[in-house]
Amino acid sequence: MAILALKNVSKSFGALKVTDDVSFEVPEGQALGIIGPNGAGKSTLFNLITGNISADSGTVEFLGRDVTRTLARQRCLAGIGRSFQIPQPFSKLTVYENLLVAATFGRDRSEREVAQTCAVILERTELIAKANQPAGGLSLLERKRLELARAMATHPKLLLLDEIAGGLTDGECQSLIETIKAIHAEGVTIIWIEHVLHALNSVVERLLVLDFGRVIGIGEPAAIMESKEVREIYLGIDI
Amino acid sequence: MSKLPPNYSVQTRTRASSISAIVALVLVVVAIALPAFASRSLIQDMFFILTMLVLAQFWNLLAGYGGLVSVGQQAFVGIGAYAMFGVVILLGFDPVASILIGGIAALVLAIPTAFFAFRLQGAYFAIGTWVIAEVVRLLVAQWKSVGGGTGTSLPRSATSDMWFTGTIETLFDVKSAAARDILAYWLAVVLAVATIAGIYWLLRTKRGLGLAAVRDNIEAAKSVGVDAVRMKWLVFLVSAFGTGLAGGLIYLQKARISPDAAFSLQDWTAYVIFIVVIGGIGTIEGPILGVLVFFILQSLLADYGSWYLMVLGLIGIAIMLFAPRGLWGLFSDRTGIELFPVRRRLTGGRLSATLPSSKEE
Repeated sequence: MAILALKNVSKSFGALKVTDDVSFEVPEGQALGIIGPNGAGKSTLFNLITGNISADSGTVEFLGRDVTRTLARQRCLAGIGRSFQIPQPFSKLTVYENLLVAATFGRDRSEREVAQTCAVILERTELIAKANQPAGGLSLLERKRLELARAMATHPKLLLLDEIAGGLTDGECQSLIETIKAIHAEGVTIIWIEHVLHALNSVVERLLVLDFGRVIGIGEPAAIMESKEVREIYLGIDI
Repeated sequence: MSKLPPNYSVQTRTRASSISAIVALVLVVVAIALPAFASRSLIQDMFFILTMLVLAQFWNLLAGYGGLVSVGQQAFVGIGAYAMFGVVILLGFDPVASILIGGIAALVLAIPTAFFAFRLQGAYFAIGTWVIAEVVRLLVAQWKSVGGGTGTSLPRSATSDMWFTGTIETLFDVKSAAARDILAYWLAVVLAVATIAGIYWLLRTKRGLGLAAVRDNIEAAKSVGVDAVRMKWLVFLVSAFGTGLAGGLIYLQKARISPDAAFSLQDWTAYVIFIVVIGGIGTIEGPILGVLVFFILQSLLADYGSWYLMVLGLIGIAIMLFAPRGLWGLFSDRTGIELFPVRRRLTGGRLSATLPSSKEE
């Protein structure tokens, strides 16, 4: 069964069509990568899925339910978790409190019920030593990890990662990939936007290419990377 | 990665907060007993300090925790005061009970105010609330039965046999005017204690956590399931209610009202912002420290006319530039002392076994 299905979704900002008749499905448990040049509309597509912005036309279905007109908060409660491309921590709260917000509100639980869960996620994402420090003082890697940890705290069925490996060193990137692989292995469906292709290709089973708001290819990563259209448009190689 | 069951616990209490709880209790007892040995002018000063503290705590809740920088809080002071006067003069209610009507009137006014003002962001929200307050002032000035534009006094019949004043007169052997001051002072103690306790309780609940998340980053808060709009409504309505109660109480003590005084931007919002900013925004301790500094400055500079406002302004600017988190922030950063801690600190598990050095596993 498809956990997520977009049907003919479009969105314009003024005269600019940033999402143009996008349709695709993601089967439950799959990891889908999204690539495309800057300004292709990748982050907008995420915002349409999470409800941070609403679609002009088309429908978004999650777990067989039409969620097109629901709010971001409701989609989170339904099981869509996300990270932001530019980390958006609750900077005056501590790292632990950042997770606590997500775990209590995102799952509608009490603070007492989720304390252990949050601690475990902090261990998994290697943030435990920073638990009681204000999130505003974290390094880039730690902020990226916090994005992942906070999304995990909402206990998502579908996890959307927006350029979470961007700007990291190879070593940092590698440890993050291991964490993401482990999350995926537990059955969480993942959609991952990334420019760091080797990171993406070590996790995802399918690749979607976006350009000028349109889907120009979707399929096996190897086949997609080889396709003439993708090489021309995305990699800028003139053949 | 270890698969051992983690054994973490969460703490909010600190040693300073345990001590401060005891000190607070002693202070409350002293405050209640104060009329037995203090002069009438000290009681009046304390009344001023306590009511300004209540206004400051609610403005701090709005701006410091809710991110809603309102410069129209005088609307709620004014409507609270006028509603109190209205039911006393027109319906013959007891002034003490009428304070509650003042709070409810402010709450009712807050609903349409929020409906319009929440469409505006940041500076536009601030200006919007100010404009709404001016509109309310102009409307109230048309209300002839409570004195219209020139204002009115509480009727002698209502003030002379107000609840509890008879008892206070015999208890402390004072005249009726002094008894009214003592009553107003006691009500101010109750209101201030209830305000601080209530806000502290709110901040320590799950809602308080959500409120802090909305303040820090509204889009991220929505994405993790926080109902940001509901949080804003909550703090706006609670603040309006509390500010209305304070308005009713302030004018019970003054016993004379006019639209220009009751809806004064300077008295009920500008001074209040000054108190919160110099004390430290976003903390409960800040407004407490701020109101004391404000009172001392006002006493020292009382004879210097407009110089007083200029000095206040300069101090405000200096604090914003050199100590953006206010005097309490400055003190708290140096010492780590928090009297009203809201921070949830994770302890135990790996945090107790190994110190922060074990960052990379």
